Amino acid sequence: MQPRFKGKPRCGRMYIARRAMRTYTEHMAGYTLEEKLAILSDAAKYDASCASSGSTKRDSRGGKSLGSNEGSGICHAYAPDGRCISLLKILMTNFCIYDCSYCINRVSSNVKRARFSVEEVVKLTIEFYRRNYIEGLFLSSGIIRSPDDTMLDMVRIARKLRHEENFRGYIHLKTIPDASPELIEEAGLLADRLSINVELPTDASVKQHAPEKSPEQIRRAMADVRLRKEVARDRSHTGKRPARFAPAGQSTQMIIGADQATDSTVLGQSTRLYSSYKLKRVYYSAFSPIPDASAKLPLISPPLQREHRLYQADWLLRFYGFDLEEITGHRENGNLDLEIDPKLSWALAHRGLFPMDVNSAPREMLLRIPGFGTKTVGRILSTRRHRRLRYEDLARMGALMKKARPFITAEGWTPRALTDSADLRARFAPPPEQLSLF
Amino acid sequence: MAHVTLPRIGTAEAWREAARGFLTAGTPPDQITWGDNTAPAGLFDAPCPAPPAGAVTVPRSFVQMANTVVWHNDPERFARLYTFLWRLRDAPQLMSDRGDTDLAHLRRMEKNVRRCQHKMKAFVRFREIGGPEDTRRSFAAWFEPTHHTIEPTAQFFARRFTDMDWRILTPDISVFFENGHLRFEEDHPRPELPADASEALWVTYFRNIFNPARLKVRAMQSEMPKKYWKNMPEAAAIPDLIASAPARAREMALAAPTLPPLRTAAVQAQQAALQSVWEGPAEALPRAIHACTRCPLHRTATQAVPGEGPMDADLMIVGEQPGDQEDLQGRPFVGPAGQLFDKVAAMAGLDRQAAFVTNAVKHFKFQPRGRKRLHQRPDKSEIQHCRWWLQAEVAQVRPALIVAMGATAAEALTGSGKDLMRRRGQLEQGPEGIPVLITLHPAYLLRMPDAQKRADAMSVFEADLKLAAQITQSAG
Repeated sequence: MQPRFKGKPRCGRMYIARRAMRTYTEHMAGYTLEEKLAILSDAAKYDASCASSGSTKRDSRGGKSLGSNEGSGICHAYAPDGRCISLLKILMTNFCIYDCSYCINRVSSNVKRARFSVEEVVKLTIEFYRRNYIEGLFLSSGIIRSPDDTMLDMVRIARKLRHEENFRGYIHLKTIPDASPELIEEAGLLADRLSINVELPTDASVKQHAPEKSPEQIRRAMADVRLRKEVARDRSHTGKRPARFAPAGQSTQMIIGADQATDSTVLGQSTRLYSSYKLKRVYYSAFSPIPDASAKLPLISPPLQREHRLYQADWLLRFYGFDLEEITGHRENGNLDLEIDPKLSWALAHRGLFPMDVNSAPREMLLRIPGFGTKTVGRILSTRRHRRLRYEDLARMGALMKKARPFITAEGWTPRALTDSADLRARFAPPPEQLSLF
Repeated sequence: MAHVTLPRIGTAEAWREAARGFLTAGTPPDQITWGDNTAPAGLFDAPCPAPPAGAVTVPRSFVQMANTVVWHNDPERFARLYTFLWRLRDAPQLMSDRGDTDLAHLRRMEKNVRRCQHKMKAFVRFREIGGPEDTRRSFAAWFEPTHHTIEPTAQFFARRFTDMDWRILTPDISVFFENGHLRFEEDHPRPELPADASEALWVTYFRNIFNPARLKVRAMQSEMPKKYWKNMPEAAAIPDLIASAPARAREMALAAPTLPPLRTAAVQAQQAALQSVWEGPAEALPRAIHACTRCPLHRTATQAVPGEGPMDADLMIVGEQPGDQEDLQGRPFVGPAGQLFDKVAAMAGLDRQAAFVTNAVKHFKFQPRGRKRLHQRPDKSEIQHCRWWLQAEVAQVRPALIVAMGATAAEALTGSGKDLMRRRGQLEQGPEGIPVLITLHPAYLLRMPDAQKRADAMSVFEADLKLAAQITQSAG
């Protein structure tokens, strides 16, 4: 006998959740679009990412569509916090059933709550884009009802932008770890980038500060995105290429300074993330004061300098051939030196290797000289094929000579005793300062 | 002395053509003066005849660089390019000598133009100028670039904004894009652009995306220099944002923690119900159920009663909650209702031992009355709290069919416990897509005073169990 299904199939847990939601939304007064925008962009600013680079190249020639993406990102404005504004970064809603103590939108916070409709988000994105304010949309959301419902609404927005408005700009969707595979699949085909935040550097602190989130679940979700990306790369037997899945890759964010994790732990976590899930970026976000903070997590002044040093170390790991052990190994407490950059710190701890001759050192070693970036090194190598380099050449090639000077020899330059001088660190570190009273 | 006047529109091709001619003719750089049509010619300059056509070989990387450097605002740019080109004749490897002073200078100029182009792509702000009845929407912007970047950057806008008309007007060259065609014009006066409602929304966004706790004014200004501010609507908000930031940050730090809003508890209860996956090892589930304190029922009941039966059962029977006997023995379906169920199941040909039996709510809810404990129906929140365990059991056993006996079980499995008599005897969608057969609860039969009605209900119950046995057999 065939099973008979009565009525439309529905999932019990969602049904009840939706009823609870009805009383929940009654709190929401009738906000205007402008008021909603204020609330929901204020709620979104703690996500550091605003990248719009690295996706497929495309444009709207043909006249039927709107928008383009040319590989490199564009920052359309900068806020006085020094952060780039490239995308319309908003929450679909800041209602949330989770209670993460570091988050402005946690259920136990008294911030104003609002919710955009699908049409409102689409309209804002398109109108802002046409006026050249933005490169596209970065859509995130509080968790309402069930993870599937939330993800479905986000996918509907992306679908409408792509299929009805023929929008060819950039879309970044924050995915919900527990959402169903079909929704993640569709999200990946519509968006340029997907991201899931690991939130904090260790599983223990996630459990402590974000009790409803599961670090295992977040990792499974990132693994899933990686696998889908890889499957979408394989051609079928006819040689046809399938639609690309999240062409600008996936990224994540870690909050720095909310727990006791050292820089060595933080960077260890990011190296694992880069290698396991092929992330494009790990963002470090200095734990920042939020309105109506939780009593569980006292506010601190955001550790901006630490955040900056972590980014520098992250770059050394990815583009300069450094190992994690080299960056933090010589630091006793496992934290980076806040006063000088991590490459300089490494060089000062390994002075035996210096001074290095810029006319003969191999690429790997040139990359380790403080004050030399990857571009400078490329220029040194191409010029070295024709002639020997002088000290003045290096400045023209973009090297920071104030930093590099003690560590190199070139035609017309040798640092003599400078490399081994006892006060070398003091030449770079900022002068001692009286502690601020606030 | 030859003097070349290059046009302001199409400068790149004009310079390339002239340079090619001079190079073929072997004219050294000190014999030429260059200017665009704004610069007056020198006293001894002879107007230049059309340069002879000719082919010269130049490194591709030079052509790329020259195509950018010609847009720089330095009047020396054409001469510098030609001087370097002259040197390049005998030493083509100079292009890769980044330490060379001339090349370093040209590369720096190239970088300036590229940066100016990039800033133009970023900071042009359109306002809508068309009416609602126009077939194509149209937009206009006033922009003041540092270098002559309009022409090399126009294509970017043409690739991006194809389905609308737009114009970017500048004190230098202006560009118009109408019906898919690009057009350049010189010296357009500054227009009065109409107000645009979206601009207010954009400023709102700018004000609110700013985090006052991390003020980094220098970082902002190095990327968005003040010279661009006058044509950017959001820039007017910057002084106020900077001025009020320290006070806002201090306010956040000093504010006392508030009490969570009233809805928090309700939302968290709802959220607890949404979680349904038992992540621990299977054998630890009964013990975890025993330790449950998710709802207040654990305070009065003796113990929680987990389900029982083969873990690979095809059939799962779900009752309402443990009764008096079950609560004492710690096993499901052992009281009077359980015995009645056993009897009817045997009549219906349903193998009771092969089924996994459990309850929708794991703790006994009752009202003490004298020496007796009177059964009470679990309420919505208790059902929701306990559904977590029920779903964990379903996920472990993964039966082919679940029989939901009574309203509580129906609610826990399908989301609704209403209208039971109409829904009984039929299949509905349950957790994880497993079909749920809804039927009566045996305790309901026991409580029926009217013998005739009880007999009718009994036969209905038996028929439902028969159906369950059939479905299970065909599935197994």
